Amino acid sequence: MDWIALRVSLSLGLWTVALLLPAGVWAGHQLATRQFRGKPFLEALVAIPLILPPTVLGFYLLTAFSPRSPLGATLETVLGHTLAFSFTGLVVASVIANIPFVVQPIQRAFEAVPLDVREAAACCGLSPWQRFLRVEGPLAWPGILTAAILTFAHTLGEFGVVLMVGGSLPGQTRTLSIAIYDRMQAFDDYRAGVMAATLLVMAVSALAVTHVLGRRVGRRG
Amino acid sequence: MTIVRRWAFVWAVAFLALARLLGLAHAQKSPIVAAASDLNFALAEIAEQFARDDGQRVELVFGSSGTLTRQIRDGAPFEMFLSADETFADELTKAGLTRDRGTLYAIGRIVLFAPTGSPLNPREGLDGLARLLANGRVTRFAIANPEHAPYGRAAEAALRKRGLWNELQPHLVLGENVSQAAQFATTGNAVGGIIADSLALAPNLQNRGTYALIPDSEHAPLRQRMVLLKRAGPVVERFYAYLQQAKARAILERYGFSLPK
Repeated sequence: MDWIALRVSLSLGLWTVALLLPAGVWAGHQLATRQFRGKPFLEALVAIPLILPPTVLGFYLLTAFSPRSPLGATLETVLGHTLAFSFTGLVVASVIANIPFVVQPIQRAFEAVPLDVREAAACCGLSPWQRFLRVEGPLAWPGILTAAILTFAHTLGEFGVVLMVGGSLPGQTRTLSIAIYDRMQAFDDYRAGVMAATLLVMAVSALAVTHVLGRRVGRRG
Repeated sequence: MTIVRRWAFVWAVAFLALARLLGLAHAQKSPIVAAASDLNFALAEIAEQFARDDGQRVELVFGSSGTLTRQIRDGAPFEMFLSADETFADELTKAGLTRDRGTLYAIGRIVLFAPTGSPLNPREGLDGLARLLANGRVTRFAIANPEHAPYGRAAEAALRKRGLWNELQPHLVLGENVSQAAQFATTGNAVGGIIADSLALAPNLQNRGTYALIPDSEHAPLRQRMVLLKRAGPVVERFYAYLQQAKARAILERYGFSLPK
């Protein structure tokens, strides 16, 4: 077991969730409760990372942030290092790749709050913010938690983008999934197997929890 | 406190504790050295020896020479690069990313490899492969990708010289680097492949099959050049020097490399 790689994986998962969740809650709530022109287009935009091959995202990120490009050169001066091949670059890639995993479950959860409940809350004199905190939020929290867990689990499983944008730098960008790949090339099947089993257990647990939570959303609706 | 707030609080505390535990400082203490995949085992051994003799560690990242060159040009924080040829090292020198032209550190060889149970007998050399092809018994044959792996380029040269390249096309499996090619070559689905001698000699591959050297007259020599990159620090400078000294050279020789004088 490559503990350093596990640490990088968990770190990446936590940072992705921490950065995406607040924005995701806001975006999911907006998409669920408001009608506006271009909404289907926006929903499609949110869903793109689901079907986009990871190499496409990796390609665009590498080209955009390469020190040979003006944006990349500026970032390098500001950050002191290139965005690619750094943990920060991984977080950027991971955040983009996980947008649908955060926004969609939250949007469904807020959509499941009946319109009459929201209207009743408004009639009681609650401001939008109070409505959100005391009525919609508590009803939608299984969906929010699902989003967090799914995003975390998905980040643990990222491979293509991480390899392209991060390289395989030990302690910085070598996540557990990359470490498995690395050990296989060293014909170290035992260690690769231990790490693969670990990721499998984590993935199954995450899905089991989201399944239980999903039933709770259904019951409340 | 409402039940939601209590759970949110618990969750937030757990989250922060875990984040703190993981530490947010990802400053790399050991310098990183990039090396061609044929050095997967040999360089790991040399680095271990260096850590014992020098007291400092270097971290190793392996890949095909072409991919690593691309990464270095894209800003990867390597301090030293051991290429499997000279052209990729020279490319970096021309781009102004190295201290100097670098040093020739080894000359590599390719081998014909067959996993246990394969109908291919490496002792018969490429003639044996030709015979299998004629009898339609070749399923898959693995080499490294000639576009960015020098060992793949050498494999292509040897196969072309023997007149097998075109016939072998539909059967070829290309590894992203020569280590992956070796991986493919040892699976049951391939009759074998052409991989690096240094990989075939590795302990981890000993019981997986048989192999035989392909004469170096069949391809351009695999002259392997290493370079110090612009950001190289003192530890890597010592590692660079260490690679040219007796202990490291002995390890390279054990892994089948010829050494320049």
